[in-house]
Amino acid sequence: MVDVESREARGPGGMTPPSEAAGGVSRRRGLFDREILSQAAVEGMKKFHPRVQVKNPVMFVVLIGTVVTLVESIVHPSLFAWLITVWLALTVYFANFAEAVAEGRGKAQADTLRRLRVETEARRLGEDGSEERVAAADLGKGDRVVCEAGDVIPSDGEITEGVASVDESAITGESAPVIRESGGDRSAVTGGTKVLSDRIVIRITAERGHTFMDRMINLVEGAQRQKTPNEIALTILLAALTIIFVPVVVALQPFARFAGATVSVVVLVALLVCLIPTTIGALLSAIGIAGMDRLVQRNVLAMSGRAVEAAGDVQTLLLDKTGTITLGNRMASAFHAVGGHSEEELAAAAQLASLADETPEGRSIVVLAKQRFNIRERELSADHLFVPFSAQTRMSGLDVDGRRLRKGAAQAVSRWVTERGGSPSAELDSIVERVARSGATPLAVADGQDLLGVVELKDVVKQGIQERFAQMRAIGIRTVMITGDNPLTAAAIAQEAGVDDYLAEATPEAKMNLIKAEQEGGKLVAMTGDGTNDAPALAQADVGVAMNTGTTAAKEAGNMVDLDSNPTKLIDVVEIGKQLLITRGALTTFSIANDVAKYFAIIPALFVVTYPQLHALNVMRLHSPETAVLSAVIFNALVIVALIPLALRGVRFRPSGAAAILRRNVFIYGVGGVIVPFIFIKLIDLVLAATGAFH
Amino acid sequence: MGFGWTIVSMVVVLVIAWRFLGAYMVAVYENRTRWLAVLERPIYRVIGVDADAEQSWQRYGASVIVFSGVVLVIGYVLLRLQGHLPLNPQHQSGVTPALAWNTIVSFVTNTNWQNYSGESTMSYLSQMGTLALQNFLSASVGVAVAVALIRGFARKGSRTIGNFWVDLVRGTLYILLPIAFLSAVVFMAQGAIQTLSGPVHVSDALNGVRQAIPRGPVASQEAIKQLGTNGGGFFNANGASPFENPTGLTNFLSLALILSIPVGLTYTFGKMVGQLRQGVAVLAVMAVLFGGWLAIGATAEHQPNPAVAAAGLDRQPGGNMVGKEVRFGDTSSAFYNITSTQTSTGSVDSANDSYNPMGGFATMTGMMLGEVSPGGVGTGLYSILLFAIITVFIGGLMVGRTPEYLGKKIQAREVKLAALGVLVMPIVVLALTAVAVSVHAGRAGPLNAGPHGFSEILYSYTSVTNNNGSAFAGLTSNTPFYNITETVGLLLGRFAIIVPVLALAGSLAVKDVVPASLGTFRTDKPIFIGLLLGVTLIVGALTFFPAVSLGPIVEQLSYGRFF
Repeated sequence: MVDVESREARGPGGMTPPSEAAGGVSRRRGLFDREILSQAAVEGMKKFHPRVQVKNPVMFVVLIGTVVTLVESIVHPSLFAWLITVWLALTVYFANFAEAVAEGRGKAQADTLRRLRVETEARRLGEDGSEERVAAADLGKGDRVVCEAGDVIPSDGEITEGVASVDESAITGESAPVIRESGGDRSAVTGGTKVLSDRIVIRITAERGHTFMDRMINLVEGAQRQKTPNEIALTILLAALTIIFVPVVVALQPFARFAGATVSVVVLVALLVCLIPTTIGALLSAIGIAGMDRLVQRNVLAMSGRAVEAAGDVQTLLLDKTGTITLGNRMASAFHAVGGHSEEELAAAAQLASLADETPEGRSIVVLAKQRFNIRERELSADHLFVPFSAQTRMSGLDVDGRRLRKGAAQAVSRWVTERGGSPSAELDSIVERVARSGATPLAVADGQDLLGVVELKDVVKQGIQERFAQMRAIGIRTVMITGDNPLTAAAIAQEAGVDDYLAEATPEAKMNLIKAEQEGGKLVAMTGDGTNDAPALAQADVGVAMNTGTTAAKEAGNMVDLDSNPTKLIDVVEIGKQLLITRGALTTFSIANDVAKYFAIIPALFVVTYPQLHALNVMRLHSPETAVLSAVIFNALVIVALIPLALRGVRFRPSGAAAILRRNVFIYGVGGVIVPFIFIKLIDLVLAATGAFH
Repeated sequence: MGFGWTIVSMVVVLVIAWRFLGAYMVAVYENRTRWLAVLERPIYRVIGVDADAEQSWQRYGASVIVFSGVVLVIGYVLLRLQGHLPLNPQHQSGVTPALAWNTIVSFVTNTNWQNYSGESTMSYLSQMGTLALQNFLSASVGVAVAVALIRGFARKGSRTIGNFWVDLVRGTLYILLPIAFLSAVVFMAQGAIQTLSGPVHVSDALNGVRQAIPRGPVASQEAIKQLGTNGGGFFNANGASPFENPTGLTNFLSLALILSIPVGLTYTFGKMVGQLRQGVAVLAVMAVLFGGWLAIGATAEHQPNPAVAAAGLDRQPGGNMVGKEVRFGDTSSAFYNITSTQTSTGSVDSANDSYNPMGGFATMTGMMLGEVSPGGVGTGLYSILLFAIITVFIGGLMVGRTPEYLGKKIQAREVKLAALGVLVMPIVVLALTAVAVSVHAGRAGPLNAGPHGFSEILYSYTSVTNNNGSAFAGLTSNTPFYNITETVGLLLGRFAIIVPVLALAGSLAVKDVVPASLGTFRTDKPIFIGLLLGVTLIVGALTFFPAVSLGPIVEQLSYGRFF
């Protein structure tokens, strides 16, 4: 088998590699882990059951053909008939094996999760506040439970009281604890995670047996896997390509009799199996399972295969600015002094005003002051007073040694200065406007009635994000940045990041309207979201990726959940969707193209006794009619095995325009598909001839 | 005119037809031209049709079936009773039941397979009132179905695909009648006969022979036979008869008429879906296939006839001239027969049976591709669009999107219907051929034994199921067995494809249009043309390769070389 372990780790085509954290669903095994392979070898035998086979029309025909040749081999035994029977059976087995390997990794992960889902006891609160110990499995929707440090949260729910740090590594694989608190967008907790500190009261939101963990186990295991719409359409096409060859082969018998020849049933069955699209038929379900699995490897859970397919079709990506396009927080990047004050003066005042400000923005001012003017953190004299930020004042600051330092929104600070007898500064206003226009946030700084200047806070665009957007553009996907910023700021960041469009001052309604407008034009839209107010938009979007840190409502509205809560991954999701579809198309093309060579192997062999002239069609100069037919059948079986790694890994996806991708795939799988079998059928024939068993 | 110049002139004529007839057909089917309203309105009043009411695909399809059924019954009765009806100067008796059934089915399906000789079987009333009338109507039905499918692509969120009765009437009145009328005049001017008087009796006193030379309203029938890709000749000799096809000019005009509507419809298609380039792409595929097959056919017929050579005549200056008119020559005859077999017309100006094996291979396999190059009026376009849908499905996946064609998502239902439409023909041809070679009644048909006899049978079922109507000849097919089995092929080859095509039109019309982006699989680019060619060829080759290798291929190989 091909060694794919080393290549796997890199991840295909420039996507972010699967997260390396231990634990969680993504605790990885290689695609071709020895344990998975040996289990798949056994599973492959079980799948011979007709009830399994009948779901796959192509392989079902092969199975029936095998039975027919088996009967023939028993009635008229010959080495040739038996070899054909064995290789036909192997063809079915290889298809079973491919599917079993694809399922293997998910099954192993589901087992791990099941082991993690210990039978927890829950402390249920009664109406009167009394506690009662019940099994977690007995909890119903609406029950209230208490969890304290060390407890495993018994089921999914929302915190109604308290705040706690929670270890979610059982699900996300991320070992750093997260803070969960009642109210707001951080109130959801997941069953199976562990409270590390404090005490919380949780209202259970999941029905029995329908917790997130249950769904996750089902999903990775593929227990409820249904054929996706495109898979159904392709299955119909493959069924059609199978049906058409039945009369082609059956009619050959009377045609041959008319020509005064006879054709053995074994050869006709062999011809039929070679002509129907067994390669793609054998690998189709493995491709689908492996596509879902690739998402799981990136810690994304797709609630349905349909969502993965839709991801390939997405034409518009709605991306939240914060966390996706820019690093989470704004950073101070410059000091602009006004009114004859020096930059250093301004920096010193701003630093003092920010000392107590624990927000990332505040800290970044302290850091910048130190970098630029080497202003260090100072011990404050005893009589100081911090003025915290409030939504009303839109300022924060510090009163110390008789100085009253304030920083905040330019308007608010100007008003505050005027109230204290100072005068507004036109210079300041023009700087504020310039800064805002450049996409940064201006913070005015004042010392009493004196306006000192402006601190420029800049959004830092993530490294490499421009390139990702350029790739998206190349594959025809429009990126739209969603931000609460004003249009000026939004425009500047949009330009720097290289997105195609932006939605400024976005409200949930505006977001929803944008999605609807895009869909109205027939486009498919993908977005990420985490807040409860994102839920309607997540539900409306064709691909809605909810962040695992988000609310239960958001997670239920979306059709994918990103366990890492990394919105940038939306781009990976799209690429995986495309890769899945390309793999299907490429192997279908390959499968059909293969038929040409098989005809040139089998047709001359069929009639060469009656019409020796047809030997001219034996362009491969195969040894004998029997080796010709056998070589085609053996090739047909082995090509399935050879393509299992490709089916599971997916065809390599390079972000480029449809035309370039198509040209490449048509060349490799179409033209290659015509040529390759000529070479290998000839090689197999040489080996068979060398055995001396056929003359 | 040399062969090269013939081809060049034909290309020029077809470019003009493509541009102007194509645009005119858009105006006709979008109800934008009304210059014959005086005739049009009363027709609707008589048949009781509300011209403004649109139909769902089910209603449209039911109308096609009901209409075809009614004209089938009327036509059958008229053929049976022709002995008692006027315009019968030769006193032809009623056509026998099996032959009448075969003939009327064949004309209603736009096939014109003829198990009879026109001059010795049909009265003038049957020729004009039944057969020529069907030539108009069946052609108009074909174009109507194609236009309905185009509307499916062009519309969005629509439950209707047009009104069959309006399409039928307008197609006949505005397109077929005027062109056929003008062409008939040219045919007459060139010497094709047009008379209601009976045969001329000639006595050759010198040799003591009395001869009746049949005549009739030939020119009028000739024009629509070609324009509607019907192909049924007035005389048994079809286009080889000087009364039907008197000069090189009429020979050329015949080919131009055959190709005009199928070629022009690609313009109509492109215009109606709003992207002319889409129509050009489809036309390109048709042109490449046609050119390829013409090259095979013309090259093969330009070679000496091996049987004649074997008889010791090693100098055959005109290529294979067996079964050909000297006035047309080898390559030009091949051009005629290739054109008629690639358009589901079936008229001939030379005998297919006497073609060199690869010439016969070319006429036969041209039909086996499903009559798409450019195919019959309407049928060619809708058939190639079925292949296009399958191509788009496979190719579209390869760019990483669920497939779409002209902005319409191709999903399970569309794939099912397209596959059904593509599968019917090969399955029916192979099944009927298998039956014929297995039963005594079938084996009694072919004139020759071995591969050539097999070719004769295979050819006949290929021809009827593709609604072509050309005969390989050499097959005695006016027998109850062939008369009946052929109608199975005729009916399935017509209606078992029309129904899925209309269902497809209905299913597409409802869908919304996905706007194109850089990530869209472009269907107006050379790579799509290549893929569509590949899919058409591979589906045709894979289904018929075994059968063809037992017919013309083995025959050709018996001569030890391909050309």
